[in-house]
Parts: sequence; structure tokens; C-alpha cells
Amino acid sequence: MAGEIWCLAEQWKGSLSDATFEALALGRELSDALQVQLQAVLLGHAQRAMADKVFGVDRVLYVDNPAFAAPSPEQSAAALATLVSERKPRAVLITLTNTTWEIGALLAAKLRITYANCCKDVRVENGQLMARCVLYGGKMEVDVGSAQECVVFGLLAGVRPAMLRAETDVTVEEVAVAVPEVSCRFKGYREAEAGDIDITKQDVLVCVGRGIQTKDNIELAEKLAETFGGAVCGTRPVIDQGWLPLSRQVGRSGCIVKPKLYVAVGVSGAPEHVEGMKGSGLIVAINTDTTAPIFHVAHYGIAADAVEILPAITEVMANRKAKACATPH
Amino acid sequence: MKTIVLFRMVPDIVEELEVASDGKSLDREYLRLMLADADNHALEQALIIKERHGGTITVLGEDEPGMEETLFSALCKGADRAIKLNSSPQAGTHARAHWISKGIRETPDLLPADLIITGAQAIDDLDGLLAPMLAQFLDLPFLGTITRLDVNPATGAGTALREFAGGVRGEYEIKVPVVIGVQAAEKPPRYVPVAKLRTIMKSRRLEAVQISDGPWIFPVSEIRSMMKPQETTQAEMLAGSPDEVAAKLAGALLAHGLM
Repeated sequence: MAGEIWCLAEQWKGSLSDATFEALALGRELSDALQVQLQAVLLGHAQRAMADKVFGVDRVLYVDNPAFAAPSPEQSAAALATLVSERKPRAVLITLTNTTWEIGALLAAKLRITYANCCKDVRVENGQLMARCVLYGGKMEVDVGSAQECVVFGLLAGVRPAMLRAETDVTVEEVAVAVPEVSCRFKGYREAEAGDIDITKQDVLVCVGRGIQTKDNIELAEKLAETFGGAVCGTRPVIDQGWLPLSRQVGRSGCIVKPKLYVAVGVSGAPEHVEGMKGSGLIVAINTDTTAPIFHVAHYGIAADAVEILPAITEVMANRKAKACATPH
Repeated sequence: MKTIVLFRMVPDIVEELEVASDGKSLDREYLRLMLADADNHALEQALIIKERHGGTITVLGEDEPGMEETLFSALCKGADRAIKLNSSPQAGTHARAHWISKGIRETPDLLPADLIITGAQAIDDLDGLLAPMLAQFLDLPFLGTITRLDVNPATGAGTALREFAGGVRGEYEIKVPVVIGVQAAEKPPRYVPVAKLRTIMKSRRLEAVQISDGPWIFPVSEIRSMMKPQETTQAEMLAGSPDEVAAKLAGALLAHGLM
């Protein structure tokens, strides 16, 4: 067989990721359109039972090797390269999570095949696979195609709603693949340090991005958060600057949050940040750049300098709260 | 210990981006370029290691607008050598990785290097990621998404922390030579005073290396079209003076039961 749609089943710390089932949902659309099989590739160690849990596919190719007991992008790419060379799938779908996101680039360079990064969609047009990719922090998108026989697609989170669980018989094929030794070896996990506040448990979050400009200005966000009884969190650049502790980071590498109210202050809305907050109940975005992608995610938008607008908002909210408290019930 | 740090210039996305008349690329007429964020962190991590153990740092980047100043800035911060490569004749990260691997091989006295470090990602990575692809082309080990890195120069062995989801880190044992993709340095990148930059621009020179073009064929992702996101959802914009906007927002929150 050749020409199938493959999807790398992402497993981390003993579980299949939700993103795997999003990728499989897309993979099913593509395989139906091309009338080929959808196959999942699971790289693991002593996880044969997990292969039975990959539903909605025609076949699971399970490779068991001690190398896959922990994330090893180099060894994963090497095993995939061997399999792709032997079986010649039409496409390999790989989720862009911190566990798997480098595997596609390694695979493409190894086999000199095309890689399409940050895909928000892949579709079949005139028999060819076309991808819609997100560039420049979400400010531009491109449609790309490739005439190559095999293309690797890196999929952004949320590319499709996750495939619904179905009780189906899954054909699992155990495949033996030689995996090379590597010099970068996994030693162990360091769990996240507990912060002063668990941002995943807050009803209201005020998130500061690069647009907050200085560390001192974070105080303005803290005052607003205080008015709501909420907390301040931050985007990656703010955390990397050391302005807030790591435990306050929202996004792909940080926490996934779903507060009732999320106020994004000076946040551009890069895909890896949106991944962490899009499930919030109500999203308010404040940004001077009216083209910022965050305005496509937010319910309410304010085109303003955060430093100028935050004190006014805080004052109005505090006054309303004070009046509400003073009103006899 | 010899370290090479690779730089890329990317569009400053604080500026408005426009599609060029070909409908497939960015309009570069008014485009402002800046050093890729993660590359700045890559340099910082290299500087931290140099401060701990000594050694040399060579910074290297393709000839693009703003690159010269960026290379001089790296010299100010503590890099020892700065090299400007002629630009790759082909666009894209895949081609760039191959081009830079040629540049590293063809630059005198650059190899062998212990650490080759660059940012884990850039906002224009359409067809690859530089660090893992470069590792493939140089036939070197690779580890990416790194937030902490240290190497014992006596043994060449070291440790790196790789970032996973939810604040979890994975500790890896590494051995030089290795290509590293840095997500964030241990400390925020340092700044360079403008006066110091001006001084070094007068007193130091950048090296220029001309990479030989060759018959190389790359898998091409053909860009059919470029466009601004055409999302179906758009926030309801609240306009007016700060007080008016605040009042409108309060009303909206009240309507949603959040006040």
C-alpha cells in the first residue's frame, strides 16, 4: 500500500493527547476525499494497549522501542523516516505541541521532502493537498501546495474539533523499526513549580502581553484584576522578560485557562497564546493595533493604549462595585 | 568551548504588514526587520555559558536589512566574532538551513564548534525550523525548545532543560558537538546602550563570507497566495474616550452577568 494519510499519534506521559484526535478528524476528511486509508503511527514503549485506544482510523502502526518511553524528537523522526521511505504515505500529519513540534522539520530535512508549518487547515483541491498556514504571529496566512509525493504537515491546535470517541475495531500492526542511538538523552521530568496563585482556577484573569511596555505597568493590570477579585497572568514574552513568574504563563508552554472573564492587555494573539485561552467565557482585548489577531478571538475589543485605558476601566469597575455593595438588597 | 550563534531578521509585527502586488509575499517597501525573539535568547544563553566557563562566541547571520547593527550589538554584549553571510538565493527556512550549513562549513576557522545555537522558532518559519534542519544538514545531534543549558568544557557533557506543556520541563543529558534550539534563555536578554553600540561600530569590523552557490534542489512549498486572516469572528469594538469605553465595557460585563 502507498498513498495513505498518516497521523502521528502523540503520546505524552502515558496518555494520548487531545490534539491527536483533532489531527485524526482532519486526517479522516483527507483520506475520505482521496479514497485512501487513514493510518495512525504510535511510537511508544510497552504501550500496546494504547494503540487500541486510537479510534477512527483504518490501521494503527505501532512501533515499540525503549527510546520512545520519553520524548525524543531525533529518534521519533528517524523511525518515521524509515517508515515513510518504506511505505510511502501521501501525507504525514503531526501536531504542533511541545512534545512533537520538531519532529516534522527533522523528518522533512532527513528525507528532503516538503514541510508545511503552522497549518490551520489542510484540504484536497484537484487531487492535490493544499494547506492554509499561519505566519508572522497570526498577522498573515498563506495557501501552500506541493507537487511532492509525500508532504509533512505541522498542525496547529484546534485544526478540527476532536474526533468523537467511537467503539470500533482497530487493526493494530506492530512494526519493527531500527532506532538509532542519540547523544541527547532524557533524564527525567521536573514538574511545574507551584506558584502563589493557580491561574487555572481563577474566574477572572487579566493577561498582560508585550504591549504593557514595562514591568512597572503591570501594576495597572493588577489593580484591574484586584477589582474583579481575579489575578494577573502573562504571555510568553512577558514571562521571558522575568516580569511575571513562570506559573503565570498562559499558552502552549504554560497553562490552559478557561476563566469566566479574560482581559487580554497588549496581547497580539499569536496562535500559541490563543491555544491557552480560547476556551474563556468572555474575552476582552485591549490593543493599539486594530489588526492584531486577538481581536478575532475576543468578544469585545478596545483599540487603545493599555497604559492610558486601564486606569479608566479600573476606576469605573471599582465605582460600580462600590455602588453595588452600597445598594441595600 | 567554541559556540556559534545564528541570527535571523524577521518582520516587526507591531507594524502593519501588507501583501505585495504579486499576492504571494510581504510588501517589503516599508517593512521593518528585527532580530527574531528566540535568536536574541539564543545569544543570551551563549553569553551566560561563556561567563560561566569562558570560551568564544561567533555570531553569524545572512545579509539582510538591520543585520549589521544586530551583529555589532552582539559584539557589544560579549560575542568575539561576527560574520555576515551573503543571503540564500532561495527563500524559506528549509533552504536557509541548508545555506547556513554551507556557510558554517565554508567559513575559515569556524569548525569544529561545540555548540551551535539558534532560536527554537521564528515567525516566518513556513517550511521548517532552522535548528533541527541545520542539525540534519551538519549531521550533528539536536535538542530544541530549551530554556536552560550548561556544558562542562572539560568533559563536553552537559544538561539542558526542554520545555513541555503546563510548565513541565524535561532534563536531558547532552554531549557536544550539538545543535540547540533555544526557546528562552535562563535570564532575559541584556540590552546594549546606544553609545556603546556606536563606539563598537567605529572600532570593530564585521567579517563577510561569500557562500558559493551550487546546484541544489529543495522541496518547494509553493505559495499560491498570501492574505490577511479572514476570520469569520471579530470582536465588537468599544470606541470613545477612556471613560466612555470603560462605561461601555462595564455595561457589557453587566449584561453577561460578570459585574
